[in-house]
Amino acid sequence: MVLGLLLAPALFWLLALVLLPHVDLAILSLRERVGPRQYAASLAQYKTFFEEPLYWHVFLRTAVMSVIATFLTLLLAFPIAWIIAKLARGRAGSLLFIVCLIPFWVSETVRTLGWMILLRESGVLPALLVKLGLASVPPELLYRDATILVGLVYTSLLFMVVPLVTALESLDNSLIEAAYDLGAGGFTILRKIVIPHAAPGITAGCIVVFMLTLGNYLTPTLLGGKNSQWFTEQIYTQFITRFNWEQGAAFGFLLLGLSTALVVAGLKITGQQFGDVMRRT
Amino acid sequence: MSTPDLTAERLVKRFANHLAVDSLSFSVQRGSFFSILGPSGCGKTTLLRMIAGFIAPDEGDIAIGGKSMSGVAPNRRPVNMVFQQLALFPMMSVGENVAFGLARRGMDRQERLQRSNAMLERVGLAGASAKRVDELSGGQRQRVAIARSLVLEPTLLLLDEPLGALDLKLREHMKIELKQLQAAFGTTFVYITHDQSEALVLSDHVAVMHEGRFEQIGTPQDLYYRPQTPFVAGFVGANNRIVGRATVRNGAMTEMTTADGWSMRALQYGDSAVGDAVEVFVRPEIATLARSAADLPPDQPAHSGEVQSVLFDGANSAVLLQEIKTRREFRIALPQTGQFSDLRPHEKIAFSFDPQRAVCFAARSGVTV
Repeated sequence: MVLGLLLAPALFWLLALVLLPHVDLAILSLRERVGPRQYAASLAQYKTFFEEPLYWHVFLRTAVMSVIATFLTLLLAFPIAWIIAKLARGRAGSLLFIVCLIPFWVSETVRTLGWMILLRESGVLPALLVKLGLASVPPELLYRDATILVGLVYTSLLFMVVPLVTALESLDNSLIEAAYDLGAGGFTILRKIVIPHAAPGITAGCIVVFMLTLGNYLTPTLLGGKNSQWFTEQIYTQFITRFNWEQGAAFGFLLLGLSTALVVAGLKITGQQFGDVMRRT
Repeated sequence: MSTPDLTAERLVKRFANHLAVDSLSFSVQRGSFFSILGPSGCGKTTLLRMIAGFIAPDEGDIAIGGKSMSGVAPNRRPVNMVFQQLALFPMMSVGENVAFGLARRGMDRQERLQRSNAMLERVGLAGASAKRVDELSGGQRQRVAIARSLVLEPTLLLLDEPLGALDLKLREHMKIELKQLQAAFGTTFVYITHDQSEALVLSDHVAVMHEGRFEQIGTPQDLYYRPQTPFVAGFVGANNRIVGRATVRNGAMTEMTTADGWSMRALQYGDSAVGDAVEVFVRPEIATLARSAADLPPDQPAHSGEVQSVLFDGANSAVLLQEIKTRREFRIALPQTGQFSDLRPHEKIAFSFDPQRAVCFAARSGVTV
């Protein structure tokens, strides 16, 4: 009885704000417009995705760039997490963590606009390049794939650092010393001891970052402009510009389904169990 | 005489304002079991980590097998260490753990398997190679940790209080196993512990360490029967400690009296003049008990006491009594025949001991009479 009462808010939130809207959108996605105010059940919306090259090209591009962004975030976050968890003495670790946290005190919009100020043609970085003599005219650094990646990695860093720090803190230093004692070098220890131990944390971080970047609307659109070709932009276009809610809903579910499939594939490839991974987050 | 397997010369290590290792020099012969015994904080772990290569000494040098180890990283030294918490790799199987060092040397899979399986058999874990580390009991994990190091045939095996986490029966069993393993392999063992029973049972030589210095190095028998400093006398084995002033110096013997008037004689170690503060140590097992003073050996000074409590511990039973005049506590081992097992608190009892087997030292600084 009491358990029911305690769970009630969470259950309500799940049911009313997550499950019901999903069901509503699902119904929407499974019909098409046959006449004014007339709708018939059909799979036409889903067919359009597979038949029209633009849509699944855009999806593929989004998926590939998200994988790259996840990988770059991992590469960047690992040394930071290692320093926070293992090398920093006393307060230096907390300080470094706060440095990773501070960008999130402002909203994503403001952060992304900050990047635009730095990178646009009339912005700080191109002016610096001209000043240093590395360019004759200020180059346009926005609206490129690399720009989108920079923005995505910046936004995702904290979500990778946190599970990594948790995973690395639980690694006993005596294991590393024992490995040294038995003749291993630094790289071998990383490969054979540290990474296997941190694997659930790495996987958890990667899943979170991948999902976040795949479903990110703001950063790719602002930093990539018309060239962004991010799948969420397609969803936006269907819903807002073309009032084609059925199509938009179908795209939404396709995004959900395909990204879940990618995560499951990733887990299978690295041999992790989802339950284990989520427990370590 | 062959080159000692381990030689340390004037090793010094300072941490901030604390001198952990204070100019230590010693050597360990090949194939011997050498223990470093000392209380927590005496610097023995620091010393061990310097030998292993995890800490560099501030001054002095370590030579293993005749070669100087200064500047040599831990993964390049012919030394292997069994850690206090064992540090077995949980992400690998038992066989992979044991073969880890061999794999680092580039040995091919076939030979690695062969050697690690042979080693597991020698430590009594035949067939455990596929198990995970968390499936093993404490004693089994201990043996895997030792196997993992010994399979590399090191010149020196370092053991950092490996029996600390085990329960009593298992510890007693592992002590015997360790001694047998060391004899069978012939590897030089350097063992650190705060448990003097382990040090006495296992070792060929023991160094008693206190505040960064070795107080005495010798065989277990030397340390027990002929302690050279008050710290060693008090630390190794149980001992009664009585503090007083020397009243008579008679050749090798000193007679002393406590502040409250209890006199006794003991064999003098080192120098002390009449009037100096001294510490006398009497082992519980050298004292004799009797119901009346007439039954005591005639050539030994007689004392009387009142039983405070009987500490029953099977064959290690002892009686805690208070000397009749001064009420100072004195512990005497009960004869294993069970002769005095019926002693009750508040009974009056007579006791004596042979002064030649008690030791007397000049009191350490800070000791009040």
